[in-house]
Amino acid sequence: MDDTAGQANFDALMAADSRVEPRDWMPEAYRRTLVRQISQHAHSEIIGMQPEANWITRAPSLRRKAILMAKVQDEAGHGLYLYSAAETLGTPRDEMMEALIAGKARYSSIFNYPAVSWADMGAIGWLVDGAAICNQVPLCRASYGPYARAMVRICKEESFHQRQGFEILLELSRGSAVQKQMAQDAVNRWYAPSLMMFGPPDDDSPNSLQSMAWNIKRFSNDELRSRFVGMMVEQVEVLGLTLPDDQIRFNEETKKWEHGPLDWNEFKDVLAGHGPCNAQRLERRRSAHDDGAWVREAAAAYAAKQQAAVAA
Amino acid sequence: MSGWPLWEVFVRSSRGLSHVHAGSLHAPDAAMALRNARDLYTRRNEGVSIWVVPADAIAASDPDAKGSFFESPQGKDYRHATYYTQSEGVKHL
Repeated sequence: MDDTAGQANFDALMAADSRVEPRDWMPEAYRRTLVRQISQHAHSEIIGMQPEANWITRAPSLRRKAILMAKVQDEAGHGLYLYSAAETLGTPRDEMMEALIAGKARYSSIFNYPAVSWADMGAIGWLVDGAAICNQVPLCRASYGPYARAMVRICKEESFHQRQGFEILLELSRGSAVQKQMAQDAVNRWYAPSLMMFGPPDDDSPNSLQSMAWNIKRFSNDELRSRFVGMMVEQVEVLGLTLPDDQIRFNEETKKWEHGPLDWNEFKDVLAGHGPCNAQRLERRRSAHDDGAWVREAAAAYAAKQQAAVAA
Repeated sequence: MSGWPLWEVFVRSSRGLSHVHAGSLHAPDAAMALRNARDLYTRRNEGVSIWVVPADAIAASDPDAKGSFFESPQGKDYRHATYYTQSEGVKHL
């Protein structure tokens, strides 16, 4: 198919809100945008294992330990689904992983904040995974088939993550005064960074419009953020805690939830690599990759040997 | 991981149903592909059986040829039961 026919076919798919599949013709910019977005998403899942893995050995009970391990394993799975989806666009997985290790790829800025107490496991599950779900549910209808299918699988699994986080906070909140304060402190720490997970405000988000025209993105950053705030306002009451934002209100005119100002300079700073844990996260990923080299080499050597035996 | 072949994974969710494509993964050989597929695609009892197939062993129809390749059934509505309307209202037909 030549470019003119390909473009016409692609435009028709967009107009019909249909799906693009790997072997379809697609504009180069659409392919590039998807590779960037999906691989960043995959990197976020992989790096996102670290703040929680950090608490596995110190989880307060065997049950919590088992739950946390299952959650971290899920994050690894989500990363792999997404690398698979990105690979269908023609970028080899090794290339994406090397970009991450070399510090050339971005991932969600939220994972560059430290998880300093057990209550942070609760706040991460409730707020960070909650924001992720809010972002990801509309992506189940993204125009690129493999991405949308990966998101369906991920969303199904994420709801366990959010609920277990909520439960951790609820139990702490119903515990001693010290435990309750611990939960409140964790919510205070993670509230603003989780709102910033939706990305910069609409008037400062240059790629959003194109992504929406391509049916990759279905709702704007501010729209999703506002919805998320509304959900949290209701849920925080059940927790018996408060959100650290006295400017939250429901705007009767726009029918949208509003929140106080966010520090976008901090967001940009963390994204640029100057967050509290950027260097530590990358170093950990790099050493895990290097330390696992012998396993990969052994598996490849064994497979080659088996194949040679079959051929002989 | 470098150079490991790509495998397509098919999972049968329960007895009596077909294997359905679940996704793909990289693995050095079939045994590892099966184990990885189990860990990756059946963490919540999603399957009772898994197939892994080397991705390059799959022959696929050309997506650009869909017009001509799939045009044979076009205009052949008589292949569907709903084409036959005169029997409407007749029981067990």
